[in-house]
Amino acid sequence: MPARSTELPLQEIGRSRPRGRTRALLAGHGRYLDDLDLPRQVHGAFLRSPVPAARIDRLDVTAARTAPGVVAVFTWDDLRAVCRPWRTVSAAFPGLQSPEQTPLAAGRVTAVGEPIALVVAASRALAEDAIELIDFAWTEQPAVGVASEALAPGAPLVHPELGSNLAWQFDAAAGDVDAAFAAAALVVEERFVFGRHTGVPLETRGILAAFDRSEARLTVWASHQMPHQLQLHLADLLDLPMSRVEVTAMDVGGGFGIKMHVYPDEIAICAAARLLARPVKFVADRLESLTSDVHAREHVIDAKLAVDGDGRLLAIDAKGLQGIGSHSVFPRSSTVETLMAMRTLGAPYALAAARAHADVVFQNKAMTGQYRSVGHPIACAVTEALVERAAALRGEDSLALRRRNYLEPGDDGCRTALGLELFDFSHAACLERLEAMLDVAGLRAQIAAARQRGEIQGLGFAAFVEMTASGSEIYGKAGVPVSAADTVQVAIEPDGSIKASASLSEIGQGITEGLIQVLADAVGVAPERIALEMGRTASGPHGGGAWASRGAAIGGEAAWQAGRALRGQVLEAAGALLQMPADTLDLVAGWVVDASGERRIEVAELARMVHFRGHEFPAGTAPQFQVAHHHRRAGDPTIPTNGIQAAWVSICRDTGLVRCLKHWVVHDCGRMLNPLLVTEQVRGGVVQGLGAALFEHCRYDAQANFLDGSLADYLVPMATEMPDIEVGHVETAYRGSVLGAKGAGEAGTCAASAAVLNAVNDALRAAGGTSIATLPLTPPLVLAALEGGSSG
Amino acid sequence: MKPAPFAYTAPTELEGALALLREHGDEAAVLAGGQSLMPLLALRMTAPKVLVDINRIEPLRAVGHGGDGLRFGALVRHAEALRAVRDQVGPAHLLAQALPHVAHQAIRHRGTVCGSLALADPAAELPACAVCLEAEIELQGASGRRFVPADAFFEGVYATARSVDELVVGVRFPATAPGTRFGFVEVARRHGDYAILGLASWARVVDGEVADCRLVYFGADERPSVATRTARTLRGGRLDDPATRARAKECALDELTIAPDATYGEGYKRRLAGALLERVVAQWGVAG
Repeated sequence: MPARSTELPLQEIGRSRPRGRTRALLAGHGRYLDDLDLPRQVHGAFLRSPVPAARIDRLDVTAARTAPGVVAVFTWDDLRAVCRPWRTVSAAFPGLQSPEQTPLAAGRVTAVGEPIALVVAASRALAEDAIELIDFAWTEQPAVGVASEALAPGAPLVHPELGSNLAWQFDAAAGDVDAAFAAAALVVEERFVFGRHTGVPLETRGILAAFDRSEARLTVWASHQMPHQLQLHLADLLDLPMSRVEVTAMDVGGGFGIKMHVYPDEIAICAAARLLARPVKFVADRLESLTSDVHAREHVIDAKLAVDGDGRLLAIDAKGLQGIGSHSVFPRSSTVETLMAMRTLGAPYALAAARAHADVVFQNKAMTGQYRSVGHPIACAVTEALVERAAALRGEDSLALRRRNYLEPGDDGCRTALGLELFDFSHAACLERLEAMLDVAGLRAQIAAARQRGEIQGLGFAAFVEMTASGSEIYGKAGVPVSAADTVQVAIEPDGSIKASASLSEIGQGITEGLIQVLADAVGVAPERIALEMGRTASGPHGGGAWASRGAAIGGEAAWQAGRALRGQVLEAAGALLQMPADTLDLVAGWVVDASGERRIEVAELARMVHFRGHEFPAGTAPQFQVAHHHRRAGDPTIPTNGIQAAWVSICRDTGLVRCLKHWVVHDCGRMLNPLLVTEQVRGGVVQGLGAALFEHCRYDAQANFLDGSLADYLVPMATEMPDIEVGHVETAYRGSVLGAKGAGEAGTCAASAAVLNAVNDALRAAGGTSIATLPLTPPLVLAALEGGSSG
Repeated sequence: MKPAPFAYTAPTELEGALALLREHGDEAAVLAGGQSLMPLLALRMTAPKVLVDINRIEPLRAVGHGGDGLRFGALVRHAEALRAVRDQVGPAHLLAQALPHVAHQAIRHRGTVCGSLALADPAAELPACAVCLEAEIELQGASGRRFVPADAFFEGVYATARSVDELVVGVRFPATAPGTRFGFVEVARRHGDYAILGLASWARVVDGEVADCRLVYFGADERPSVATRTARTLRGGRLDDPATRARAKECALDELTIAPDATYGEGYKRRLAGALLERVVAQWGVAG
């Protein structure tokens, strides 16, 4: 077992520090993708499908090719010379049906916004002018919009060659579910409906690709969460060795899971750059983002929960349906969402039995994909809504019901009924902390007084389990080339500064600062003396990037190990020079000190010797002063985290508008590298969860036409509507690592919408309304529930 | 998302702008604050051949006070208008309630009052205020200047009485009778959004009794909706009489024409109409 984290010499780890880039970003000195322009650069714009399903009858680009400023116009027939199609295949999803996907439409379109042709011109405006000259004729075909109609007999087929709209089915069961329900004193059940939404990063997707024919080298800049993964797929799809493909992510204005997939338009740009041997830039506009970024969620779940006469939860049984859009996103597959939504059902509780089945279907809509807290918020809302309803029907405090039923893994860990491995948990401690933060009794009295005044207020809770920091067992076993490891390289510069590079990605979450803090403590130098570069495949080691809340847990551990090894090299060199055993020396604030704490030699002096006066070291001593450490966690496929959230809402009696009065989170992400950044990650996550609960919705009509193509229609949560979000922490270290850090980036999103749903239903219950199980909670829906009838 | 090609002109004299409008007719678009026009151009939902930027025509910046009346030239930004009407009486009082609901600060610093009127979005605040206050829209064209009552100016969704060779050069809000009370409410899911439904109103209240009032809904139909019958129902009633208010609410529900709305539905909007009425009547009770 590695050294327990409590024994670590910590100065910087655990300290709240703002992100190093904050000042530059706020001053407008950020360098985002669109800030980069190259000589001879041209701009790409896409003709995109205006209809959900159609056969392309004619695609004549002749007139567009001669339009002013146009350099080239490409269709799939042009690009296929340098680019191959792809298909999502993953052994994690046995039986996954998956159509071939091409960067530009191959004869037909399957969703609004699908790219059909690419115009490359001297400016984006000229490219858009030329798009209007493309002679495009199509025959519209029946489309699948509503997921529940996708499997109906005679339903149109999104991909006729697959013979069915069924992409994949999930099935899991444990224990005797039917017996549990037969024996239950209380069964609560509900049909839950979750709308689609999307990530809406402030900086939209963008890519700039340049191809040098003399070296056959593709150089790409992309606003991306994982440049290393993109490099690998570009090499594969464009048939180049990875040594001839480099990808750089500069400042990235948010990802949320949107910027981690292979997008047809981005591949088309790289193929065009290769054909033209000129830099081609494409930055998605907001309309393109809303139509073609991966969407998320869209589930219908029928679920029921069995409770015995003593208020013990017995079993959960769920049947789900997810509409994933036109394709299962490459390379990870859109089905991960359903996998996690089903697997994490009931996860906070000790259940003797559980059963989950889900159908995942294709539709003529935008692809869905992994979005912050993949699948978890769905399971959380289903589970926690049923738990609150059970408590209400039993006439007891829902927190008491939770406390009675929490699954606390203890020292040996345990598995949930649906197979999640849990360990190092703190449900009871988080609940205790939350109760202290809220003063539950006082708050309930306040709400009762408000109700007396005629106000409609409610308080809702949601306990959660969020699986983080996936290991290589997840994608590696599935045969999908996704790195779950990270490498950190460190070297000492001649003045004693540390030059580091890491395979992680900075997308605004602040992991750069956390890793610098780890390196500072691991080596024994001030954070200001460390420069850490990430996001460049050309100079950085291959690794995972930003997904699954993995930065601190995996990257942090790699940084610690790399830093410790470098420190060891410094002490070895100092020991050789000072004729003292290295293990009697320490490295503190850039100095080698002896056992008495006396400063013996500065790291900078040793570094100058290594770089310029190596001959002064004793014979046989050749300090390297550089280390690369590759960290792959052994054993645990994921690191589970836990916590609880609470929401306090009021409902406007005559409009149905829901106002969030306050929101609380207590989260256990193990050791926090930087509490400030963890807290802000949680807050940002909560805001996205509140967006899912109240505002955000990618709506399509029944014929699968997209309705929300602007930010006037697609409602992102704004500061004016957000409540104060109070965040508390419990730190139960992960025992499988030295630092003990777990994932922190997604917990806020995981349970926020569930807590609001429960709070709204608590308010509705007190006001004599019916309950709601549909997100987002639109004002007409809430008003109708308040009045106990149907919406008008 | 880039505009189709257009010619850009920026005349410094009103005559120059009018000449351009005369020459290009419906192929010209007027640029003032650009807060609606620029997105429409970028999305290629409109593609004028000529853009007439009026921002250099200095006289159009004028803000005028006369008695309790107000006049805003075509280049008066929402933010400037808001500064001009704060803590003022008369029509300014209603505008001071309405203007903070117009989008967000950054947009209010560029967008203009007259631009909002000229665009005639049926869910916008200012057209309803103009109709409520019986403002006059000043139109200048080849044949001179004419004053169109707001109620006649708004013809439909993005449709007004302005002919293509005319420019909205200003708007005049006449003085209201001393003691007039104002009420303004709107329902939006996020502050700054276009309203799902809103209501601009004034009332003259004598000894707790509604002597006269005017109610103009927005976001209901294709143009601001003057609720004449509902106003009549309130007239002569007491502010604190629940029966009067209930009658008026019922009348409003019935009187309003609701244009089809896929998101919020007619039934929901009718219910809002009653709720908004209740709120403005409450505002009349406290506002001086």
